[in-house]
Amino acid sequence: MTRSFDVLVVGAGPAGIAAAVCAADEGREVAIVDENPHPGGQIWRIGRENTEHGKVVGDAEVWMRRLDRTSVQSFLGWHIFDAPAPKVLRAAWGPEVAELHFKSLIIATGARERLLPFPGWTLPNVLGAGGLQALVKAGLPIRGKRVVVAGTGPLLIAVAVYLRQKGADVVALCEQASTSNLLKFGIGLLGQPTKLADAVRFGWQSRGIPLRTSCWPTAALGRDKLERVALNDNGRAVEIEADYLACGFHLVPNCQLVSLVGCVLDGSYVRVDEFQQTTVADVFSAGETTGVGGVEAALVEGQIAGLTAAGARQKAASLLKERNATRRFTRLLDRTYALNPDLRRLPASDTIVCRCEDVSMKAVQGNASWREAKLQSRVGMGACQGRICGAACEFLFGWGMESVRPPIQPVPVGSLIGTRAENF
Amino acid sequence: MGHLVTGQGSTYDVVVVGAGIVGAACAHFLTREGLRVAVLEKGIVGGGATAAGMGHLVAMDDSPAQLALTKLSLQLWRGLLEELPASAEYRETGTLWIATDEEEMAEVRRKYGLYSSMGLACEVLDGEALAKAESELRRPLAGALRVLGDGVVYPPVVAQFLLREVAERGALFTGRSVSSIEGNVITLGDGTRISTGYVVNAAGCSAVDLTSGFVMRKRKGHLIITDRYPGFLRHQVVELGYLKSAHSVTADSVAFNLQPRATGQILIGSSRQYEDEGAAVDDDIVRKMVERACAYMPGVARLSALRIWTGFRAATPDKLPLIGPSPGNPKVLLATGHEGLGITTSMATAQLITDMLLGRSSPIAREPYLPSRMNYEAAHA
Amino acid sequence: MPEFILVLVNEVPVRVERGSTVAVALFVAGVPARRSVNGSPRSPVCGMGVCMECRAEVDGVLHSRTCQIVCEPNMQVRTQ
Repeated sequence: MTRSFDVLVVGAGPAGIAAAVCAADEGREVAIVDENPHPGGQIWRIGRENTEHGKVVGDAEVWMRRLDRTSVQSFLGWHIFDAPAPKVLRAAWGPEVAELHFKSLIIATGARERLLPFPGWTLPNVLGAGGLQALVKAGLPIRGKRVVVAGTGPLLIAVAVYLRQKGADVVALCEQASTSNLLKFGIGLLGQPTKLADAVRFGWQSRGIPLRTSCWPTAALGRDKLERVALNDNGRAVEIEADYLACGFHLVPNCQLVSLVGCVLDGSYVRVDEFQQTTVADVFSAGETTGVGGVEAALVEGQIAGLTAAGARQKAASLLKERNATRRFTRLLDRTYALNPDLRRLPASDTIVCRCEDVSMKAVQGNASWREAKLQSRVGMGACQGRICGAACEFLFGWGMESVRPPIQPVPVGSLIGTRAENF
Repeated sequence: MGHLVTGQGSTYDVVVVGAGIVGAACAHFLTREGLRVAVLEKGIVGGGATAAGMGHLVAMDDSPAQLALTKLSLQLWRGLLEELPASAEYRETGTLWIATDEEEMAEVRRKYGLYSSMGLACEVLDGEALAKAESELRRPLAGALRVLGDGVVYPPVVAQFLLREVAERGALFTGRSVSSIEGNVITLGDGTRISTGYVVNAAGCSAVDLTSGFVMRKRKGHLIITDRYPGFLRHQVVELGYLKSAHSVTADSVAFNLQPRATGQILIGSSRQYEDEGAAVDDDIVRKMVERACAYMPGVARLSALRIWTGFRAATPDKLPLIGPSPGNPKVLLATGHEGLGITTSMATAQLITDMLLGRSSPIAREPYLPSRMNYEAAHA
Repeated sequence: MPEFILVLVNEVPVRVERGSTVAVALFVAGVPARRSVNGSPRSPVCGMGVCMECRAEVDGVLHSRTCQIVCEPNMQVRTQ
């Protein structure tokens, strides 16, 4: 299948939806692609169940409705795996393959959780924080289960509140950042009324959830699955019984696709100008790929990207002031949730670092670079293509990542060339 | 780690340029003979063609000289196997050379006669026996030659292993590029000068940048690796047409060449291209490779592909490596130009280089690989 | 009222709410999604198709990412 569009948007989270809606409202032919069977991204995921009381609320409702009213074509459940030529992406859905041609491309692939290795983190029922939330949203029964939520970032409180709403017993909420950092964050929010309102709302909703700051898991314990979580709570060792440990250390951007099409990165993030234009002509990026700033940043960046890609640069310019404000919030998040260097000492020498290939800390450390470590230990050589262990090694060892090669998601060999397996 | 001595003092008997499998093997053999060896590598150990290749240890008979070199190499590999760490992933898979028709079966029988006469264990399989040996192959096929002693290995780990003793008794410098070699003096990218007894230029495709008097071209290859499917494939399987493909000197070509890794992953090859010196994956080549692989083994299409990558083979005009003194500088020995057989023939190369430096005779004739043959060809072209 | 469907996990019927992903069915069945390279049990981690720990055989397709697949009645799931 080959299809052509004026504007192709990859990622159906807030940034991608806003971009698609704005470009479509300018009269362009637009398609939006997302791996997940449902639109909304991790944050607005409506699937089997909406965000609150069975319906989509707030911004999500506004934007989802706007998307429904456009003629945007949705490729949900499709994942982009290759960019075989300029202005073409290849997408797969099971054994099906589509070649998507575009005049402009908007990459809004969002972020994933940073997971850090510690003893026992490979035990069943130890998940990412957003990971457990996503699974509960996808139907996992959680009522009555004891959950420790841990790691760092604003996501943790949101997850804890959500899980409690679903009937979970959140026995601890462990934030590695210090209380003083969180207070500074609160002060930093004073210039951001809507963010402050969110914080106050979450503060209210999370009352009763035991929050521990400067606290992180040092081990997940159990025989065949998680039974207890060992914590370092301000230097004190504590153990808590739990059915699930939901642990994520803030977010890292998903920059595989921007790298594959040749965009220049600044550190982990893709370089964009104020109109969200990357270093590659007609390729834009919006949302967490440009800096982890949350829904508001994603929405404004998505609108700017969508309008600019559709040729409505004047309209986009009217949003630049708002964009600058959300950028300040992004920097505030980075400062508040900067990882404590002590977390580098979490993995023991026999702790698995690469879950796909079962590569231990002792096999990884001692190498001089990510590439050397890959070649000598197989770290990052497995099916996740280094998405989990690569981000961990970036923090643990300060290693930069290699250039990206296709396919950026595993696909059947036949799909590499756009042919269904049964046709061979 | 040793330290580089600049100026007059010559701390090392031999400096090897390049820590790919060929340089690593040379340094290893020389160190075991008691020589003080330093290795200079511009990147990381085993990070060039060594990391990009398949790691197929194979007897090949493109020419009598190639067969002699690969056979000696396989013997030397066998001597090393017991020492190799498990992470070197050695497996004696054997090779199946697949024949699709009677014409190719005639080639199977010719090859069988030749290999048997050389003492290489092999057997002829008819179509039925072939289907039993590899159940995923398309049916019917005419048959195959099974070469029993061939195997597969994970080359970057082997290169690292070979350099362990070298680093202890001599020196290994990574991240150090060489900008020129004059006489027996090496100048590094940062201006450091090293004098040594002899230089072994094992810099792969970059060897031509450091030593004049010969020609080599980069020959690009693509490989695809899948997720783990233990039991899907047991042998390295290669179409007999591979010979035609590997031998073509000009055109782009692909051949059916599948390898079972120790991990259960399947490595899908292979392609050969001149002219294209960029590392980007070529969609058209991937298409041809996948079509070729699926023409022989349709089930490959279902396997989950994890990565595609490219690499460059150092190719000489006559498809034999360059092993021996460089034409213009007798202090520099070349050990490069191995095209697609560098992993296999690294061992015999190291043996020949060591014999030359120690003034010993070798188990096989060295003349076919001497770089001076190139001058002869150039003069008589 | 939520509607439930049955899927087969290692040939054992498992009851999940309609719309649940296959990863959820694995948790409900109480089995690890996969055995790692060294044989240790693993269950889904990221819930968003990134970590690959939820891979299992779904209707004959090995290495399927179960957190990205919605359960269908009588789907056959096998852990790897």
